[in-house]
Amino acid sequence: MGLTDADQRRAQQIIDRYPYPKSAVLPLLHLAQDRDGWVSPEAMEQIAELLGLTPALVLGTCSFYTMFKREPAGALVVSVCTNLSCMVNGGFDLFDQLRSRYQESSDVSVEEVECIAHCDHAPAFQVNYDFHGPADAHGAADVIEQYLDGRLAARTISGTARQEVPR
Amino acid sequence: MTDASGKGGPTETLMVTKFLRARPQDSWTIDAARRHNNAYQTLDKAFAMEPDAVVQAVSDSVLRGKGGAGFGTGQKWSFLPKDVFPRYLCVNADEGEPCTFKDHMLLERDPHQLIEGIVVAAFAIRTDLAFVYVRGEFALAADRLGQAIRDAYDAGFLGKNILGSGFDLDLVLHRGAGCYIAGDETGLLSSLEGERAMPRIKPPFPAAQGVYAAPTIVNNVETISTVPHIIRRGAKWYNAMGENRSTGTRIFSVSGHVERPGNYEVELAKTSFRDLIEGLAGGVRDGHTLKFFIPGGASSPWLMPQHLDAPLDMDYVQGELKSMLGSGAVMVFDDTTDPLQVAWRLGKFFEHESCGKCTPCREGSGWIAKVLYRMANGQGRSDDLDLLLSFGNNIVPGLNAPFAQTTICALGPSTMSPVVSLNRWFRDEIIERMRADETRRAGLAVTPA
Repeated sequence: MGLTDADQRRAQQIIDRYPYPKSAVLPLLHLAQDRDGWVSPEAMEQIAELLGLTPALVLGTCSFYTMFKREPAGALVVSVCTNLSCMVNGGFDLFDQLRSRYQESSDVSVEEVECIAHCDHAPAFQVNYDFHGPADAHGAADVIEQYLDGRLAARTISGTARQEVPR
Repeated sequence: MTDASGKGGPTETLMVTKFLRARPQDSWTIDAARRHNNAYQTLDKAFAMEPDAVVQAVSDSVLRGKGGAGFGTGQKWSFLPKDVFPRYLCVNADEGEPCTFKDHMLLERDPHQLIEGIVVAAFAIRTDLAFVYVRGEFALAADRLGQAIRDAYDAGFLGKNILGSGFDLDLVLHRGAGCYIAGDETGLLSSLEGERAMPRIKPPFPAAQGVYAAPTIVNNVETISTVPHIIRRGAKWYNAMGENRSTGTRIFSVSGHVERPGNYEVELAKTSFRDLIEGLAGGVRDGHTLKFFIPGGASSPWLMPQHLDAPLDMDYVQGELKSMLGSGAVMVFDDTTDPLQVAWRLGKFFEHESCGKCTPCREGSGWIAKVLYRMANGQGRSDDLDLLLSFGNNIVPGLNAPFAQTTICALGPSTMSPVVSLNRWFRDEIIERMRADETRRAGLAVTPA
């Protein structure tokens, strides 16, 4: 997808915050992911061009961070924590059950994540980076269904509040 | 600290956590912060001081970094080379140490306290550009801090000529994208520059050469949130709390097998682990007994029930107990917990988060996780613990706390913390269990592992 004028303006606003344009790599990757639902090779090339970098450098950065999806993912990313406090409160069970429940779903991607700092609500999970928990698999699935049918408004796949995404 | 009511129970000290407890529903708004929490009232007092006097006040308070390392904040600020500009302030909100959940709560519920601290700190170190590096997964915290920054600009607490002082400051919110080691101060700087968050060799320390190779101060959210309180009420007021070099308060995030998991801000040194775990957090749940606890995040060596009466004193825990208060994450495990499973889960965490720059950590963390996995799942060998200690010695020479290291950052030695803890407290039990597993496997037709 090519860059629209609105994209260009938004990107330039971000670049202008920093003393050096290269600092805008992460924010621009978030922007591209919010727009496309994932970070495509074309998006990385566009970011490289905007910032005067090589596409390889942008890929090197992008691939280092777990939030960036370099393949199309479901519109809802469910991140289930299995680190210590969640583990001893049933985090692995929650992850396994949600993963098998949504295995065939093209809308929901269930992933195991490291501590998301919601340990006083263990076992905890995030849906597009909104916190939920404690919940068993049944309760968590109920929350996910509310996002799917629109009763809860999900953030974008990069966790930006929906109303703040241009277009 | 005991209850003023005379009941004798441990109490919290609600300094930076005022808005984490009894708080207005809209505590993150500038109106609520100004009406109920004295927001921005320190600025005039700070601007009337010389910047160096602000640094001196922070030094006199003995404020120490609350992100994990516990380095003196005023001392760190005083390391900036004279007259080298530009220079930068970076606030570390990449809270990723397992079971630490205080910094994002401060952002979600009291972002103006942090912004006020940033203005004071930036004035003290004479910078006109500050960054807050917010962990990518903290979406709500980023929303609220972003709104708070816009409101602070509108109200004249950020931007040009703040409150007519002649001091200018711009504040940039920078979101991370999922990476534990971006919480290391030099990893954070690499990430802020648009690169992989790989830590850098020190020296040069960031105060001499940090982001964009300019002098840079990196401080934790809770540390900077404390600064306005010190300036408002004085260094003496702050260091009258606590003892020795553990002055003031800290927030402890208590979780795991406790009745009331949560954040508790308490006076250092005057409060014990027992006050925190059994008093404030309500003790081990469901009538179970305490098996062990981790006192300061995944990187800190474990402690046992006999250590409950130890004071929350950074130097005591390091010197006497060979552990650390680290990030203030207290993880509590009851008698149903398998220590090998906990150790494996930490091993898996460090393997996942190793950035791959230093060989001992990149290779070692994977091997530690693999061996712990087989030990926790009935496939271990009776000499596995010694095997772990043997190659762990290549990451932490000598294996004695405080850990030496063969890696650039502290993630390398942290990988050995669970192993050293298993050896220190559960060695006989583990070796007996591995022998039993070996015996059981010897009876099988095909021997696995």
